[in-house]
Amino acid sequence: MSTGNPAAHSDHTHHTAHHFRDADHEFVTSKEGIWLFMVTEILMFGGLFVGYFFMHNRYPEMFAEGASHLDWRMGAFNTVVLILSSWTMALSIHFIQTGRNDKATKMLLTTIACGAIFMVVKFFEYKAKFEHGLLPGHFFHAHEFTAPNLAMYFGFYFCMTGLHGTHVLIGMGLMVWLLKRNLRGDFNEHYYTPVEGVGLFWHIVDLIWIFLFPLLYLVG
Amino acid sequence: MADKKTVPAEAHASPHFVVPYATLRNVAFALLGFTALTVITAQMHLGWAAAPIAFLIALMKALLVMAYFMGLKFDAPLNRLIFACGFIFLSLLYIFSALDIFNRIPQLPTL
Repeated sequence: MSTGNPAAHSDHTHHTAHHFRDADHEFVTSKEGIWLFMVTEILMFGGLFVGYFFMHNRYPEMFAEGASHLDWRMGAFNTVVLILSSWTMALSIHFIQTGRNDKATKMLLTTIACGAIFMVVKFFEYKAKFEHGLLPGHFFHAHEFTAPNLAMYFGFYFCMTGLHGTHVLIGMGLMVWLLKRNLRGDFNEHYYTPVEGVGLFWHIVDLIWIFLFPLLYLVG
Repeated sequence: MADKKTVPAEAHASPHFVVPYATLRNVAFALLGFTALTVITAQMHLGWAAAPIAFLIALMKALLVMAYFMGLKFDAPLNRLIFACGFIFLSLLYIFSALDIFNRIPQLPTL
């Protein structure tokens, strides 16, 4: 990795697009765009959270019973995994900014691995729910339950964690792209906009899970 | 992982900022600590207080992620405003829905 060398700045592969004043202008504008995208993410998940709050308020026993069907240990484990992945993501930006791209590569790989671990745990959780018939709406066919509308809890559970899991998968895909570009030497302390953007996306994924874990697994 | 070298703070006009290694590490440990706390409080069976406490801890974790991992503490004020707008509009959704849902007069069947 020679991209960390400031002397290499002039011949790195990225060139500022012609409609920007300079590289800083391009960076600021790109980042603003990502923040606007993050607002749409907050609004998308936010609608589900608002629905959760009202239904939880109306049927607290049903939500408590639903949460009792989830294994909080798996949720807690996944919370730790995602926090660590957020940290390693922040570190990969830190290392690129300080000219240590080889360390950034390791951090990106760790982040992808954390995302994969999260999805494997999620797979086993989903598998158990499918086997027990704990599914949303008319797919619900569990045998031992007391709340008559328990299917609603699993509607929330699968919508929220499913949408979140999709984000994890997309984030992992984007990180493979970052990894490829970092190995190719595209990034240095002057140009790392894609890493910054994907980083913000990955932190949003962590942010959503920070709320999903206590609401679905612990409080119910 | 012991190196703490960071690029010195650049001129005010530069949009680039480097969050120091030690800060990122401390935030990660704080987040793990809060996760342990939320699991412990959930097992104490605090009744009605369980949900607000869990939400409050999640809020503190979220603020840490936003301030340091997402770098909003060091970012341009405009980006902070943009992101805040998301939560402002979300609270509008909540407030107007709550005004409706919690003020309904139950209708009894007339037959």
